[in-house]
Amino acid sequence: MPKETLIRGPVYVLEDNIDTDLLIPACYLNLVPTIPEEYRKLGSYALAGLPETFPKFASNADGTTPYPIVIGGRNFGCGSSREHAPIALGAAGAKAVVAQSYARIFFRNSVATGEVFPLESETRLCGEFKTGDLAEVDIPKNTITRLADGKVFALKPVGAVAPVIAAGGMFAYAREIGMIKR
Amino acid sequence: MTITEKILARESGAKLVSPGDNIWAKCGMLLTHDVCGPGTIGIFHREFGKDAKVFDREKIVILPDHYIYTADEKAHRNVDTLRAFVKEQGLPYFYDPGTASYCGVCHVALPELGHVRPGETIFGTDSHTCTHGALGAFATGIGNTDAGFIMGTGKLLVKVPTTLRFVLDGELPSYLSAKDLILHIIGDIGVDGATYCAMEFTGSAIDALSIEERCTICNMAVEAGAKNGIIAPDQKTFDYVRARTAKPFEPLYSDPDAKVAAEYRYDVSKLEPVVAKPHLPDNKALARDCRGVKIDQVYIGSCTGGKLEDFVMAAKIMKGRKVAVRTLLVPATRQVEQGLADTQIGGQSLRAIFEAAGVEPIAPPSCAACLGGPVDTFGRTHGHEVVVSTTNRNFIGRMGSKDSQVYLASPYTAAASALTGHITDPRDV
Ligand code: SF4
Repeated sequence: MPKETLIRGPVYVLEDNIDTDLLIPACYLNLVPTIPEEYRKLGSYALAGLPETFPKFASNADGTTPYPIVIGGRNFGCGSSREHAPIALGAAGAKAVVAQSYARIFFRNSVATGEVFPLESETRLCGEFKTGDLAEVDIPKNTITRLADGKVFALKPVGAVAPVIAAGGMFAYAREIGMIKR
Repeated sequence: MTITEKILARESGAKLVSPGDNIWAKCGMLLTHDVCGPGTIGIFHREFGKDAKVFDREKIVILPDHYIYTADEKAHRNVDTLRAFVKEQGLPYFYDPGTASYCGVCHVALPELGHVRPGETIFGTDSHTCTHGALGAFATGIGNTDAGFIMGTGKLLVKVPTTLRFVLDGELPSYLSAKDLILHIIGDIGVDGATYCAMEFTGSAIDALSIEERCTICNMAVEAGAKNGIIAPDQKTFDYVRARTAKPFEPLYSDPDAKVAAEYRYDVSKLEPVVAKPHLPDNKALARDCRGVKIDQVYIGSCTGGKLEDFVMAAKIMKGRKVAVRTLLVPATRQVEQGLADTQIGGQSLRAIFEAAGVEPIAPPSCAACLGGPVDTFGRTHGHEVVVSTTNRNFIGRMGSKDSQVYLASPYTAAASALTGHITDPRDV
């Protein structure tokens, strides 16, 4: 399934070192992502580990999020290898994370599952956006635009994992290149 | 090439690999547990079909350990999912809770059981899989999708990491442990200081460490963002492995002129006991500078700090004394638990020393409060507790409550702090 490459909507702004316990607290790891009902539940708990000073992320009545774009600082997704982390974001309806840098496993899991685009910004964007600001991410152009004033910020090119992202995940990619049977 | 590059080259059938290359590496061992196993199995069946068979039954180890002693129904269902899969596939290496084969924390059990061998590739659905580099293997944590992929194909697309070399020389003072060394390193390079890199540990101080202590070092490589931690195997490694498995292995070593991205040098004889303050593992402070921090709880356990030697260190400090705060001990595995009874200091078993010191009843082996877990988890925080812990992460909410504060420390420092009720340098007790 080809992914949308233009993402528009309100952003949810975080900080540096957003760890996997913040993304999905361990008490919800009894949920199994391949069970559809539990996949949805994981979405409703996305970012439930944040301190109460943050607004609720999955705040829609149906347990999804009004924020398709998440903005972070350095080392986004550090900590555990729990794939529940990118899955929770994707299940909540987030489409892209835009961060200055990523922890390796979170980045890899985002690419492998195809749940969210892990995009890297050229500069720190935490101070450039407030939660709720409207933005547009254009993946082919490598940009994120602040819609209020049209200011454009550059994203880094996706690099070596671009074919996996374009294919929609690890399995789709492996089928494309003939590693596994269709 | 470095040891990491050599293993990846051999296991991908290439003569030469360089950092940044994307290669298909063969999997020597796939490890999973109760939290990520069911999702991995779901992906395996979804992608390869209901009747699919795993790539090699001898190369999959399933060690449930996270949510074992809990009333949580889904946690039990998840272990049942593992049981059904093991039966369906005829997997020989499943360590079922509730049976005599149950072990406990996967990263302590895996080497104990002889499943870690020098020169192999080990992929695990757990970030602390990097522990096993301590025996000269390439070991790294992966997600369910990659693990499901391996189950079906036996291979994984891997980017060859660039290596950072840490040379640790000098004699380790009696009040320091491997945990202090790795907390120093993480504090110096930061929680993203080794992102995408291999951390290779070498030097006379590493040579002098036991296998368990080497595991403590490699275990926390992921806390600096590393893909893997690795230590060249030596006679100690071979003796340890040979005592546990007859399977063949071929060790590999870094070339003397192997290129690394950076080299860091430490004289361990000059280091002091440290803690990582809330809420990041790189938030380093000298234990003696934190004397003013009053604590509510001490936790000794996990894949980092729940091995037999960790309890020996704690017992040395606690022997003949009384704890001043709630002190929770969770041996990582059944073997460690047995060691508490069998190991003596001055004619007294570790267990007797701890009991006389007034610790809480010792819990059965599992991950327990290391990652919070279901509400009924042993040792989980529920309020504003300040905890000194021998575990590896002190993120907000990691041990349960978002309001609690976790200081990471060595077993010596944790035990010394338990005696005084505030953070204490082990030299002060
Ligand atoms: S003991 Fe803690 S860090 Fe180790 S595997 Fe268990 S939960 Fe993870």
